[in-house]
Amino acid sequence: MTNDAPDRELDRRGFLGRISIAISAGIGAVIALPPIAFLLAPVFKSPPERWRSVGRLDDFEIGKTVKVRYDDPSSLPWAGVTARTAAWLRRTGDESFVAFSVNCRHLGCPVRWIDTAKLFLCPCHGGVYYEDGSVAAGPPPAPLARYEVRVRKKHVEIRTGKLTLSS
Amino acid sequence: MKRSLRQRVCSVGNWLEDRTGLAALVRPMLTHLAPHDARWWYVFGSATLVAFAAQIVTGLALAMVYVPGGQEAYESIRYITEDAMFGRILRGMHAWGASAMVAMVVLHMTQVFLHGTYKYPREMNWMTGVVLLFLTLGLGFTGQLLRWDANGVWSVVVGAEMAGRTPVVGRTVADFLLAGDTINGGTLSRFFILHAAILPALMVAGIALHLRLVLRHGISEMPKPGQPVEPKTYREGYHSRLKRTGLPFWPHAAWRDALVALGVVICVFGLAWYFGPPAIGGPPDPSNLQANPHPDWYFLWYFAILAMLPPSFETVVILGTPIVAFLVFLLFPLVANRGERAPSKRPWAVAAVICGYLAFVVLTIEGVREPWSPDFAAKPLPAAVVASDDPDVTRGAKLFYEKGCLYCHEVAGRGGHRGPDLTTVGRRMTEQQLILRVDNGGHNMPAFAGVIDRDNLRGLVAFLKSRQ
Repeated sequence: MTNDAPDRELDRRGFLGRISIAISAGIGAVIALPPIAFLLAPVFKSPPERWRSVGRLDDFEIGKTVKVRYDDPSSLPWAGVTARTAAWLRRTGDESFVAFSVNCRHLGCPVRWIDTAKLFLCPCHGGVYYEDGSVAAGPPPAPLARYEVRVRKKHVEIRTGKLTLSS
Repeated sequence: MKRSLRQRVCSVGNWLEDRTGLAALVRPMLTHLAPHDARWWYVFGSATLVAFAAQIVTGLALAMVYVPGGQEAYESIRYITEDAMFGRILRGMHAWGASAMVAMVVLHMTQVFLHGTYKYPREMNWMTGVVLLFLTLGLGFTGQLLRWDANGVWSVVVGAEMAGRTPVVGRTVADFLLAGDTINGGTLSRFFILHAAILPALMVAGIALHLRLVLRHGISEMPKPGQPVEPKTYREGYHSRLKRTGLPFWPHAAWRDALVALGVVICVFGLAWYFGPPAIGGPPDPSNLQANPHPDWYFLWYFAILAMLPPSFETVVILGTPIVAFLVFLLFPLVANRGERAPSKRPWAVAAVICGYLAFVVLTIEGVREPWSPDFAAKPLPAAVVASDDPDVTRGAKLFYEKGCLYCHEVAGRGGHRGPDLTTVGRRMTEQQLILRVDNGGHNMPAFAGVIDRDNLRGLVAFLKSRQ
């Protein structure tokens, strides 16, 4: 009987040790899970897509490509200028428009429209796109992304979207 | 019995020591024996530590004024730089301090590598150091963003795009970085807390472990050719030599560390005072497209690699390089932990360091030149360069600018470098070849058939033919 005592003491220690680890894990879960959920929530939120007016129909000349700026769909009250976003908009007919994302498909840098050359040029790694957004030169793996455009009550509206990724 | 002031101070000191035991904890650390030949080569680690401490101090002061909000960050950093008393010097010290820290980390690592100090039993010293290196670079990248000017905003976009290339979960990772599906009011806060809390906390923990390992395994001796590291006998030999000839770290080695660290701090202060902090660009307005995002100097080499890669295996390199580089550095001492330490006996190690530094310099120069980028600042060619009265040629020269040719092609030292230099193109290409090339493009040049009519094409070709 005296020989059993140390074993039982060891069992007791092992048990208490395991219970302490389990309790600590519980504490960790209670502390850590809400912050993790809080931080990941925006990732799984379905993206709000909104139609944003970018100007009156008459403001746009047929054949001209111009930069239009508007607020992104999920802007926060304190976002200030970071809520802004832009697109390259071209009026192609009476009520027809095409709008290109300003993000180069290579790594997202802002492409510039060079009107005299009818090209979009990217300043970062020299991506070049033709007038229709197709790749003319450089590393971009895909044509410039497009946004939907509609005309409502003589106003041109762009359907906002996510940041275009190259993948 | 009146006690002197000195006696009173002593008794307070004794009381504190009795109740805390701090001196008993610190004194053996300070006076541990260091090899007698650990001299000037050994100063870089402590210089890095002092540079990091300076970053904490200047960073805390900056964070007391800086507002990590989408709108206010830019205004607050301009206030710090332009209006706040001592703000310019403080931001300057933080920015130059970051450069100093990166430089010291790399020098420290180079010394440790060249002297084979990472070998048995100091493998984990090296491995924790590698983690600290990557944390330092992480702090550098996130710190650049906190300027939150146009460059900062677009750097976040580029970062998110890179992360977005991850297979399957790319979009999720990118959205997590951006705190949404595009740049928004929450993006900056995320990077701020990474830069100002999470990464520094990991650094402090990593440094504590790193220093603990230095004390555990002792400071290495200078490598001697013909004295290879043999795990079975190394520790015994090291400790017996240390007992015979070692000197207490404090003050025999510490004074050199202190002197060099002072030099680093004075350099940082001097550079901050003379040059000030990096310029702040335009406001963080994602609809301002006149931005040319580029990283600070210590990332330009990577920027250059990304620009020069063939697009076909770009994604693999973008995602794989940091991981592979980390693992190669991290695991290196596990596969090479014995043998000679002296650089004279390790030609491959020396060659690797030379190649590494050369690659860094060459790629950085390319990163500064950005020959792959169109030169948007190119001005129309002056009459002296056009050097012709022929109306076709002068019209062609004007078109050469208007159609964007000059953004990518150099003529007489003006223009971009993306395409071939056309200063003497008239000598090597016929009129027919020129027409074909302009119309159809090719070799990474856009086709211009749709945007240049026949008449203008004649002018452009006349201009190019006149480049003799």
